[in-house]
Amino acid sequence: MASATRPNQLLRNMSSKIASIPMALTAIVIFVGCTLWTVAYSFTGSRLLPRWRWVGLDQYDRLWDTDRWIISMQNLAIYGFCMMAFSLFLGFLMAALLDQKIRGENVFRTIFLYPYALSFVVTGLTWQWMLNPSFGLQKVVRDWGWESFTFAPLTNPDWAIYGVLMAGLWQGTGLVMVIMLAGLRGIDEDVWKAARVDGIPAWKTYVYIVIPMMRPIFVTAIVLVATAIIKVFDLIVAQTQGGPGLATEVPAKYVYEMMFRNQNLGQGFAASTMMLCFVLIIIVPWSIYEFGGRRNGR
Amino acid sequence: MKHLTKVLATTALVSASAATAAELEVVHWWTSGGEAAAVAEFAKALDATGHTWVDGAIAGGGGTNAIPAVVSRLLGGDPMGATQFNHGRQTEDLIQEGLFLDLTDLAEQEGWRDFVFPSSLLDSCTYDGRLYCVPVNIHSWQWIWLNNDAFAKAGTDVPSNWDEFVAAAPALREAGVAPLAVGSQAWQQAGAITEVLAVAIAGPEAWEQVNVAKDADVAAGPAYAAVFEAAAAARDLAADITVTDWNLATAAVIEGQAAAQIMGDWAQGEFAVAEAVAGEDYTCLPGLGVNPVLSLGGDAFYFPKNSDADVEAAQLELASLMISKEVQVDFNLKKGSLPVRGDVDLSAANDCMNKGLGLLADGKILAGANIALSQDTIGQVNDLIVQFWNSDMSAAEVQEKYAGIIARAD
Amino acid sequence: MAASSTNTPSGAKPKNTWTLGSVFVYGTLIILALYYLAPLYVMIVTSLKTLPEIRQGNVFALPDAVNLDAWFKAWATACTGLNCDGLSRGFWNSVIITVPSVIVSIAVASVNGYALANWPYRGANVFFTILIFGAFIPYQLMLYPIVIILRNLGVYGDLVGLIIVHTIFGMPILTLLFRNYFSSLPEELFKAARVDGAGFWGIFFKVMLPMSVPILVVAVILQITGIWNDFLFGIVYARPETYPMTVQLNNIVNSTFGEKEYNVNMAATILTGLVPLTVYFVSGKLFVRGIAAGAVKG
Repeated sequence: MASATRPNQLLRNMSSKIASIPMALTAIVIFVGCTLWTVAYSFTGSRLLPRWRWVGLDQYDRLWDTDRWIISMQNLAIYGFCMMAFSLFLGFLMAALLDQKIRGENVFRTIFLYPYALSFVVTGLTWQWMLNPSFGLQKVVRDWGWESFTFAPLTNPDWAIYGVLMAGLWQGTGLVMVIMLAGLRGIDEDVWKAARVDGIPAWKTYVYIVIPMMRPIFVTAIVLVATAIIKVFDLIVAQTQGGPGLATEVPAKYVYEMMFRNQNLGQGFAASTMMLCFVLIIIVPWSIYEFGGRRNGR
Repeated sequence: MKHLTKVLATTALVSASAATAAELEVVHWWTSGGEAAAVAEFAKALDATGHTWVDGAIAGGGGTNAIPAVVSRLLGGDPMGATQFNHGRQTEDLIQEGLFLDLTDLAEQEGWRDFVFPSSLLDSCTYDGRLYCVPVNIHSWQWIWLNNDAFAKAGTDVPSNWDEFVAAAPALREAGVAPLAVGSQAWQQAGAITEVLAVAIAGPEAWEQVNVAKDADVAAGPAYAAVFEAAAAARDLAADITVTDWNLATAAVIEGQAAAQIMGDWAQGEFAVAEAVAGEDYTCLPGLGVNPVLSLGGDAFYFPKNSDADVEAAQLELASLMISKEVQVDFNLKKGSLPVRGDVDLSAANDCMNKGLGLLADGKILAGANIALSQDTIGQVNDLIVQFWNSDMSAAEVQEKYAGIIARAD
Repeated sequence: MAASSTNTPSGAKPKNTWTLGSVFVYGTLIILALYYLAPLYVMIVTSLKTLPEIRQGNVFALPDAVNLDAWFKAWATACTGLNCDGLSRGFWNSVIITVPSVIVSIAVASVNGYALANWPYRGANVFFTILIFGAFIPYQLMLYPIVIILRNLGVYGDLVGLIIVHTIFGMPILTLLFRNYFSSLPEELFKAARVDGAGFWGIFFKVMLPMSVPILVVAVILQITGIWNDFLFGIVYARPETYPMTVQLNNIVNSTFGEKEYNVNMAATILTGLVPLTVYFVSGKLFVRGIAAGAVKG
């Protein structure tokens, strides 16, 4: 409206903009719109249906006064830290080992990757069964003659979250391995030649040269693992139902149960708003770093 | 009234021509053996009218998976024919939205108030003077189930109250029987403690002050201190056996691995499926033998509003069937619960059901916690109790936190 | 192109004899492979046993005789409520949901990625950042607003609604993959096509699409597994006659008649996982290559 050149500006690259409409709609309507909607309703006393009954910060007061929420956050912190550390470490280790011109690379790779094809429900049930104290691993080792062997993490509140971790790693590490392998294969042959000429040991080459070169790969892997960690829900429901006690409760499950078991939408929305805040704390610095300086991926 | 009679008459006429047979999709979360057998009675009755029962069972205790599906389908304008739902205050929102069929005319026509006993059952289905759901049974938490053989094996008499049971526990343990089976699901532990032990030990009056009047001082007082002391003892007695689902705990009692289970009368359905005989194979004690009362819990069905007149006719027909004499008897015998009618003949009722009917006739009844408290409060209590049950939290600490939840209850 | 370097391992090269190094490499790989294979073995063995056999033995014990009853029951006769037709109904529902959802979601995301990588416009990265942020949002909190949106579009409860939902939630990761892939293609190709006068769609269909087979394979595999394994959207946005297999798996596993039928549960779990598993076993190699092509550029 202000100037005649304006429409031209808008029309430039029109096809691209039209093609982006689904993405723009998803981003604005679903991700931004629904998020704002949720944040707004977290200040209400909504029960089974979203209702505009303003209660201020009551839901947040209650949230942070609830043992189960605090325990859920702690559990997620333990699970998230271990999951991130172990899946990156194991994923890299497996990729590096597969990258040694070994025989049967395809076989090993398929074995490491297949759990990723299974749903969390399947993974949870299987590991519940594997870790069952009367039939599972504990019984197997005892049948081998080690009568006093004790390994029943899922029945011990102190260890249950690590039982879930075993299942989570089993399912998720394969994808990290594939991504890492892709990164290793993208490293120029000359890097290895040069390192060998200089007599640098292989592990030092990995730590000081290869891993720094793989920064974008690590970013991709970290994003994928982090989204899976924050959303962890089905696995817990299938494997432990959050038990024993509250030992494996996680925030996403708290949100779900507040919404549908307690039929207190406001409380569920407040909890999910807190989760969003934590996501923002991680994501915003990363995206500024990632996209802020450069025009785009080129 | 006249109008409705006309509508009913017309529908009766039309359904006689068999052209209006409708399919009714019914959502529920009754998937254990006894539950499925009971719900089959509803289906059989509906199918006999020419309509078709389409079973929409969604497994997951307490409807955790079914409720999101039900609510989103109601919101999304894709209503099912009928759905089980927690009745009470939670549904106010849905009723205000006009999502449920108003059953008041049908109920007046058939005179539900005259035969539903106790008639307070209809109150939790009523909002603003209109009736929106059909109560189908009375479930009471107030029972303990005992395996007679297990006590014989331990060389003790079958206990007649909680204290005798606690006293028999060492002998049971010596005989290799776990004294108490309690599943790992939160609601099982919470029900056993805040409903059954609380009524038995603190007494019905104290229980009502806490759960109906929401008096936090009583919850923090000496009567409830004894409840949580007993709960700590029960926690110890239940340590010998690990089970998950309530019916697996019942199965452990039926098979004699465990001697007892504190569980509502729905456990009886499992005994029936296993062909165990009340009084011979197993014994049931209402109110733990201390304070025999019934708490009036139960299930109810709602009928979402539908644009199709044929479906609506079928909905009213199903509502009418669910509360009819024959179906009430058939359904409740299978389910192990008590009928909602005072005028049915339960000659087929077994020992345990007769005990329950006797209490009902004597008016020894309490409001059910799932009606007295909101789902939100019940959920918070469940979270607290499951934490207590799986840790070494002291009785004093759990009592203090429990009183806090009651103080905040709405 | 990145894919060309993926066939050859490029890591440190141990000599072709049994050195300490290669013992370490194979030893570690074999131990890891056992960890990955054990649950699959347990699932299969358990599903072939009878219930008494399961109660007596441990999870690793081989069955006395191969018994396919549990498989038959899981597929055709296991009950939920009054429906006693096992998983069979859900299988075709899952197929009907998965096929169009995979096609539509990939079509949309590939065009998005192409627009972002090759035709950037002002603000494109804002959408993209929001999209990536969306990948972290727990699904639960968008359930209700999406129900309302779908109702207003008039597609709630039918296949179109489910396809839209899967397209929306598949968009973040898929767009990331396609954007990275198209960015990694040599820019000269794009420029040459422009000089020849090809427009937005012309270049997409004639130049870009034919070159994106590796990344298409990855996208197809990710979406097939993701959509096939979905439980939450299936239960909330579908109706009983269209419930996918995972919902029926949940029903079977959570319906207990006196005792948990582990053999039926395990057979049902394997049956549910069979489609994505087959996809991985058949095309695992292509998946790894495609990931290499799409993820190298961060």
